[in-house]
Amino acid sequence: MSIPQKVVSFKEAEQLFRDGMTIMFGGFMGAGTPAGLVRALLANGANNLTMIGNDTAFPESGVGPLIVNKRVRKLIVSHIGTNPETGRQMLANEIEVQLVPQGTLIEQIRCGGAGLGGVLTPTGVGTIVEEGKTKLTFDGVEYLVERPLRADIAIIKAKKADRIGNLVYERAARNFNPLIALAADLVIAEVDELVETGEIDPDVVITPGALVDKIVLAGRN
Amino acid sequence: MQAKEIIARRVALELKDGYVVNLGIGLPTLIPNYLPSGINITLQSENGFLGLGPLNGQEPLPNLVNAGGQPCGMVPGGSFFDSAMSFALIRGGHVDATVLGGLQVDRCGNLANWMIPGKMVPGMGGAMDLVTGARHVIIAMEHCTKEGNSKILKQCSLPLTCRSKVHMIVTEMAVFRVDNGLVLEEVGPGVSVEDVRKCTESDFRISTSCRQMAI
Repeated sequence: MSIPQKVVSFKEAEQLFRDGMTIMFGGFMGAGTPAGLVRALLANGANNLTMIGNDTAFPESGVGPLIVNKRVRKLIVSHIGTNPETGRQMLANEIEVQLVPQGTLIEQIRCGGAGLGGVLTPTGVGTIVEEGKTKLTFDGVEYLVERPLRADIAIIKAKKADRIGNLVYERAARNFNPLIALAADLVIAEVDELVETGEIDPDVVITPGALVDKIVLAGRN
Repeated sequence: MQAKEIIARRVALELKDGYVVNLGIGLPTLIPNYLPSGINITLQSENGFLGLGPLNGQEPLPNLVNAGGQPCGMVPGGSFFDSAMSFALIRGGHVDATVLGGLQVDRCGNLANWMIPGKMVPGMGGAMDLVTGARHVIIAMEHCTKEGNSKILKQCSLPLTCRSKVHMIVTEMAVFRVDNGLVLEEVGPGVSVEDVRKCTESDFRISTSCRQMAI
């Protein structure tokens, strides 16, 4: 049996991005966002991107640099408050921003990766979040129907991978990463440490290697 | 005593031993400093862990940040998880109390705290899920705006974070319970019921047991 070679250089990973793609990213205020892959995306020059993730972090961290360099056409996120450039572009109509409650966003991504047609959530009922959405009532409780989200590429940050792509995360850097690994056609993981297959205890694997297509080693070219 | 300290001290008395609590950024993060002795709570951080604690002067660990993105500590017995688990805890009623700031609260228990159209649009982050799912929703905020306008209104004018989910409002002047309208339960140090009336746009009932905050 041949094992596909998943470990690639940043230069090779860079070639995978295209104009107009939808990209999911891990991270919360930059913790758990793959900084090397964000740099690769910048270097590639891809434009008119749709980015889906929790927040736009700060101008110099997370996906912030992609906003500052105007590579993003549309954002689907829960928070933009720590990156003033996102707010400026939004108010100037230079970028489309869909603000989604964080718990709803992660469930939409989970649905996208789990073969589900959507999820019913009480979050957002009675607010502007419900505008244009189907509402259902069960047992006297109103729910919004929230549809699944998927992406062309998911960019993940993990602490450690083995060669078949089993991933282990570090502390609060896990956040969206295990969920986006299910919801994209191509999954690229940037890791701090690469070990031989079999060296990670199967009990501690969070993201199964079968979900990961490419691995890049942080700090290497 | 400063307004923020009064508010934090009073909210601390609402948290019961064993509670799992999510605190919003800003004023609510002061609350653990004022927990009565013998009351131990577990703090949930919506970016993915239970057992949030202070740094206590220690060197920050990589990737250990609170929901404001700032380095933080963790207490023994904590656990990390992904965002789906984090919000299952929140929406699913596994968080006993959340304490959040507010821009406006009204007599129906509606809250507005996530945007001022055309001015400040940071996004709701986890706030809408927290107020929807937490068992007790406490709004901790100063009674009036910097301009001196009441933040406790007949009806919120800003976009809502939730409809009818707030259980309690704690300011430096008053404690209100939301129960088919607002009920004044306590007044702040040196504050009279008349003072509260003057600074509160919404009408309210006065509890038969209305008293001074015991802080």
